Amino acid sequence: MYVSADLIWLAVALPFAGFLVNGALALWRPGAKTVVSIVGSAVLLGAFAVVALIFRSYAAAGLTTAHVVPLWTWIPAGALRIELSLLVDRLSLVMLLVVTGVGSLIHLFSVGYMRSDPGYARYFAYLNLFIVFMLVLVLGSSLPVLFIGWEGVGLCSYLLIGFWYGEKANADAGKKAFLVNRIGDFGFMVAMFLIWVSLGNLNFLQISELAPQQLVAGGTLVTMITLFIFLGCAGKSAQIPLYVWLPDAMAGPTPVSALIHAATMVTAGVYLVARTNVLFAMAPLSSTVVAGVGALTALFAATIGLRQYDIKKVLAYSTVSQLGYMFLAVGTGAYVAGVFHLVTHAFFKALLFLGAGSVIHSMHHAYHATHSHEDAQDMRNMGGLRRSMPWTFTLMLIATLAIAGIPPFSGFFSKDEILAAAFARGAEIPVFRVFWSFGVVAAALTAFYMARLMAMTFFGDNRTGAAEEKHLHEAPAIMTVPLVVLGFLSAVGGLLNLPTLVGGDAKLEHWLDPVIEGAHHFFPLEMPQGQTEYVLIGLAILIAVGGLIAGWRVTMSGPILPARQAVPEVGFWKVLYHKYYVDEFYEAAIVGPLRRFSERVLWKDVDQGIIDRGGVEGSAGLARTLGWIGTRLQTGQVGVYLTVFLVGALGIFFVVMG
Amino acid sequence: MADTIFMALGAIAVLSALFCVFQRSALAAAIWLVVTMLALAGMYLILGAPFIAAIQVLVYTGAIMVLFIFVIMLLNLGQGASDIRGPGAKAVALVLAVATGTYLLRLAGYDPARLAFELTGTTDLSPATVFATAEAARQAAEAQGVVGAVAAPLFTTYLVPFEVTSLLLLAGIIGAIVLAKKRI
Amino acid sequence: MLLGPALSISALLFSIGVLGVLIRRNAIVLFMCIELMLNAVNLTFVALAQYHGVGGQLMVFFVMAVAAAEAAVGLAIILAVFRHTTSVDLKTNTLLQG
Repeated sequence: MYVSADLIWLAVALPFAGFLVNGALALWRPGAKTVVSIVGSAVLLGAFAVVALIFRSYAAAGLTTAHVVPLWTWIPAGALRIELSLLVDRLSLVMLLVVTGVGSLIHLFSVGYMRSDPGYARYFAYLNLFIVFMLVLVLGSSLPVLFIGWEGVGLCSYLLIGFWYGEKANADAGKKAFLVNRIGDFGFMVAMFLIWVSLGNLNFLQISELAPQQLVAGGTLVTMITLFIFLGCAGKSAQIPLYVWLPDAMAGPTPVSALIHAATMVTAGVYLVARTNVLFAMAPLSSTVVAGVGALTALFAATIGLRQYDIKKVLAYSTVSQLGYMFLAVGTGAYVAGVFHLVTHAFFKALLFLGAGSVIHSMHHAYHATHSHEDAQDMRNMGGLRRSMPWTFTLMLIATLAIAGIPPFSGFFSKDEILAAAFARGAEIPVFRVFWSFGVVAAALTAFYMARLMAMTFFGDNRTGAAEEKHLHEAPAIMTVPLVVLGFLSAVGGLLNLPTLVGGDAKLEHWLDPVIEGAHHFFPLEMPQGQTEYVLIGLAILIAVGGLIAGWRVTMSGPILPARQAVPEVGFWKVLYHKYYVDEFYEAAIVGPLRRFSERVLWKDVDQGIIDRGGVEGSAGLARTLGWIGTRLQTGQVGVYLTVFLVGALGIFFVVMG
Repeated sequence: MADTIFMALGAIAVLSALFCVFQRSALAAAIWLVVTMLALAGMYLILGAPFIAAIQVLVYTGAIMVLFIFVIMLLNLGQGASDIRGPGAKAVALVLAVATGTYLLRLAGYDPARLAFELTGTTDLSPATVFATAEAARQAAEAQGVVGAVAAPLFTTYLVPFEVTSLLLLAGIIGAIVLAKKRI
Repeated sequence: MLLGPALSISALLFSIGVLGVLIRRNAIVLFMCIELMLNAVNLTFVALAQYHGVGGQLMVFFVMAVAAAEAAVGLAIILAVFRHTTSVDLKTNTLLQG
């Protein structure tokens, strides 16, 4: 049956209704967990169903054009007319499927994970609200509407990171995420202003048409615009130098990390670049910057992940690193590769996070039973869990193979395509060869730290403690079933865009062609063929396998001590463990001085001094003084009055009659 | 001849005014003011306004100044201390008075020709032609007599101000009576 | 004729009146100086009535009428104040102060 794209608003309305219901329950009936579970999950599954039906109808009809669904006029201000309308096209449908699909699975997982939490209803309210904003972001037909979603997901991220706000560290992490994002948002807004001033239109479809006509390709204006857009992306998608919020964001519940900080929100930056691909294609300098920052971030974050012991932190840095790959892809001009990696990464990274969530859930249970205060997330306290959690182990293993890039799992195809594109671009712009080498090294490191993670967590002897060991068990079905679905997707996800080399038909590539054909005109890319392609693939497999083996060997080479007995780090390992001291540097160079300036100058001098004493008390004093002067004039002496009268009369004579 | 008398009367008026202002006794000041007014009445005569001259003597000196003298005597102020202000006020007053005087004395340079010029903007016409209406009025006055010359416009062109003035006088009477009562 | 001299005498009388108003503290004498100023103005009107017609003289007529009413009421006020404060010195009557 044909489902028109006009019904896409339903996909946004359903989670919003879920937010309202769950929010109301959170305020007045926080104990009604069953209702919350049903409403929270059902609206997501409903949204996914709507999206799936629309996708099927759209694909069956063979449509290549975008379908704009106007809702209402948001800001009619003279020449500036911002409509609130939704854009359904091939790119947004891909994103929609990922957001609603993976989102539904994570909602189901959360039902089990957050069962015993008192803020259950609030959690689902925020989670539903997040989906609403993410859908608005993906469906926005113009930059302002996308920005609504952009800001909204930032808000929900803040709310969910600081979900357990009783602990100051969690609240601080939420604030950090929001503030660092804000810096990126500044870039986004400047880009919007520049686009408005130069093109006079903020809708994506019109921008793609007007930019080639009105802007000079490779010119300053388009470069400025794209660099500012990228600043926004660097904030939202955690690239250098604005990545520092993402590891701290692990303070939130693990399903939140899976949904927001792996699969959806952080990929908004990549989506934005893919949406404005014409602009980036017209500015090769900016694209190079994007690719360079992406490659550097990929390498940088991978090195940090080598020496982290908190399982979620390893995965956080892994996310930053993989996002770097996606930006490397879109910077190279391989927009499809970037989106492809976005999709496969959503599958395996969500699986990794949810699996880690299962592990942490089990560890918490164990420590709770023995009233121990050990860190349940520290991998040094784990070990040998494959015996007690076989399902989780198997599925995380699939995800590890996918992220490392072992064929035939999905990650291999997407990562390989990115590296091949970077290598190909290196032929015209030599610096891309450097980026490619960063990507290769990062791939090796990825395999290494993932193997390390698996080894420390699931193999070897159990270090949790003799008393706790018997409490370690597999997660309940509600949590394991979503893992299975994600495992399946991580395994076969490669089929989405199987390269022609191995007999595939590059489905995603052809699907997204209409969206990026504008960019092809300015920034065409010749993918490597034949011999080169085989060599590159061989190299990719080699480093993946090599990295895995190296990671396994190094980790299992010596005994691992539990966290309480751990030896402090030394030398270069210490630097890695402390994340290259970047947070400390920001604190000393930026945050500290800003806070001191704010307290000493802005508060004491400006607010208390100028505004309170000068402005408020000053105007009162002025009124009092004027009143006093008036009093002095009323002397009551007629002689004085007469004198003044005569002076005034003389004055008037002078003025009037000259 | 008329001019000399006019200047003499003017001198008397000015001198009397000065004496009036600087007298210590209020009664003396009143008497000097009477002298000034009588001199002014003479000047009005020479300027061709006999009716006004008569009224000046009757109303101003005969009624208003008499009223002043009545009140002064009623209050029985006596010699007492001088009621002229101190040197500071004198200085300010002098400055202002001199300023006013110098400003107004620019009028001294007027003569009929200049007046005619300012009225019509040209010097071609003689004052006689410009002020023909005034001349005609004067002739009519000779015919009707002094009082008639004033009365005719009074009851025609200036009727409304005339009637309003009568209302004003009524208000004045009522006000004076009310204020003078011992208990209102 | 006599326009210039008349106007200058009027100016002198007016300035002397201003001087008197500013220099005297006795309310009644102050009032008399105001009457002096009014007379100066009357002289101006009459002098110019020679050229502008009898309207000038009629202005004098009205001025005198108003001056009479004003003198009557003003003196009545001064008497009323004197009854309360037994003084017509302006220095002591400062009830308007504020």
